[in-house]
Amino acid sequence: MVHGEFWTIKDLFVLPNEYVYWSIQIVLYPYMTGLVAGAFVLSSLYHVFGVEKLKQIARFALVFSFALLPVAMMPLMMHLQQPLRGTNVLMTPHFTSAISAFGIVFMTYACIVGAEIWFVYRKFIVDSIHRLQAKSSRGPGESLLLLIYKVISLGAMDLSKEALEADHKAVKFLAGLGIPVACFLHGYAGFIFGSVKANALWMTPLMPVIFICSAVVSGIALCIISYAVFMELRKWAARRNKHYFLPDALAHGSSAVDPEHLRSVQGHEVKMTSKYLLIFMTLAITLELLDIIFRGYTAVKSWDILRDVIYEHDFVKIFVLQYGIGNVLPFLMLLAPRLTTRRAALACLLVLFGVLMMRWNVVIGGQAFSLTFAGFMHYHLPIIPHDMETFKEGLGGALLVVSTPFIIFYFLNMIFPAFLEEKEAH
Amino acid sequence: MKRRDFLKNSLVFVSGASVCASALEFLDPREVLAANPEVRWAFLVNTHKCVGCGFCVKACKIENEVPFEANVTRTWVERYVIKRDGEVVMDSPKGARDGFTSKELDQGASGMRRIPDEEISQAFFVPKLCNQCQNPPCVQVCPVGATYQTGDGVVLVDRSWCIGCGYCIMGCPYGVRFFHPVEKVAEKCNFCYHRITKGMNTACVDACPFGARLIGNLRDPDDPVAKAVMTQRVGVLRDEYGTKPHVFYIGLNKEVR
Ligand code: SF4
Ligand code: SF4
Repeated sequence: MVHGEFWTIKDLFVLPNEYVYWSIQIVLYPYMTGLVAGAFVLSSLYHVFGVEKLKQIARFALVFSFALLPVAMMPLMMHLQQPLRGTNVLMTPHFTSAISAFGIVFMTYACIVGAEIWFVYRKFIVDSIHRLQAKSSRGPGESLLLLIYKVISLGAMDLSKEALEADHKAVKFLAGLGIPVACFLHGYAGFIFGSVKANALWMTPLMPVIFICSAVVSGIALCIISYAVFMELRKWAARRNKHYFLPDALAHGSSAVDPEHLRSVQGHEVKMTSKYLLIFMTLAITLELLDIIFRGYTAVKSWDILRDVIYEHDFVKIFVLQYGIGNVLPFLMLLAPRLTTRRAALACLLVLFGVLMMRWNVVIGGQAFSLTFAGFMHYHLPIIPHDMETFKEGLGGALLVVSTPFIIFYFLNMIFPAFLEEKEAH
Repeated sequence: MKRRDFLKNSLVFVSGASVCASALEFLDPREVLAANPEVRWAFLVNTHKCVGCGFCVKACKIENEVPFEANVTRTWVERYVIKRDGEVVMDSPKGARDGFTSKELDQGASGMRRIPDEEISQAFFVPKLCNQCQNPPCVQVCPVGATYQTGDGVVLVDRSWCIGCGYCIMGCPYGVRFFHPVEKVAEKCNFCYHRITKGMNTACVDACPFGARLIGNLRDPDDPVAKAVMTQRVGVLRDEYGTKPHVFYIGLNKEVR
């Protein structure tokens, strides 16, 4: 079967070779990249602009964005028809192509986040080495941890006041550098679409900007939810002394976690972060609406078909699911007085859904009409896979991509405890 | 050496050297070729002559080993039926591999549509293929350089290097690209490069019984395609994208998309 034929239904006049070629994985690709960029921007709010109130969630966001990082590439790899040749992009980069430049921006960004984490946790790493070394008997887990810490400390054991001061400066610098690079990273994802002149829906210079704003929105929302959920787990575990739910406590032996204290920290951080979420949401929604209004106002040749897609074929997906349930509803929920953690988390879940729908409507919606402007293509996500391709480009592949960052985070948290509260890290 | 001789010799030397230098400059083969390459392949389609038999599509599939039953093709033929009330109805069942044998128009999920003869004001066929653009967006967007343009203007795909990202498929405004069902890499018409570079015609040109298709060299003033492009009213598809297509159409209708 031809690639794309399985999930595409053609209606009216569509060219013989036209199918929905970019499916769910390419929806997830800007989505996951957006989460990475957004989480990083959130962590930088504290490190660069010194928003003290976000101190706790900032560290969590940093570690989480590091866990999300490898996942940004995953959908692209899963989507390739020749995944084994994926490295060709780095071996023979073709610089007029937006995708090839993306690889370079991505690598730069990965280095920045990695370095920032290293500086943030350097004191903690050195402390841990001392603590673990001082122990008379070590379990296999602790020995492994000690080895890891020894390797990643890179031999920098100096904990003098000046050295820590220098660490602090480096973090600030890297976080500052990271913001433009993170925006660039996601702007590039938008550029990949915005520069396709053959596609009437994608072809707009606003695309990179719209993508950046919604990226920050989704990143912050994900951090709020995950933070709330992980804190909830920690409270639960702390109350019952179930330490295997507290990987960091397990690894570092800090058993004294007070549930009441956790609750107050959690409530405070979630409320504060929600304020910033609202700001970015306003920006993102305004830009997206502006784009639609602008297209209708200028009404170039393609507007006829775009209007059909926006107001008829994808009406429910765009106005009900994306704008209604994904934007307006959570906006009101966050704006209403006496915000609770639960309400904030629910609102953020809707925000995440809204951003996913936005990516869907851009990527799938952009391919919904034929290049001839005479016909339509309907996309049906493969649910039950019957071969590798329908798995990769179906529900299974999508769930795999979405769940990976949490698995990575679980293990990463053992090495770089994201909920560390002592004065051990910045 | 006398002063006069010296002057004379110098003069000869200087002028000779300058002639030499300018001649060298002028004769740098790469520049000459770039300014006036000997070959620029182009295609001429005469829609007046096409009857929609689909022989070209069939020949192309066999020649280029695109699986016969697969619903993708390097070249295809579209049918246009323009009604008296101005409505335009189009179809291209299986790329017209088997020709147009029925009066019913294939409208995909909307089913078949029959337009009564008396309502039809005009009907014609338009063959399509890769335009071998002078400014090809497919080459521009390929992240690994697997899609590239040769000096004589044909855009080729390196099957051993394509990663199968589909960016070029998205970038082509003409929808001529697809994934090869067997090779799993980007695929499209290449003007039968293996044939034309040996002085043969493309498979579709050979197969067309009505001479609706012609391949030729735009740089050769005696070439029938070049002559037609210079002297007749020819059109190209979707000029607005700035791709500078090199498939020229005689009798192009504004309804053709
Ligand atoms: S017609 Fe499409 S595939 Fe052919 S050269 Fe132009 S852009 Fe590339
Ligand atoms: S599908 Fe192949 S030829 Fe097309 S852009 Fe991707 S790598 Fe290049």
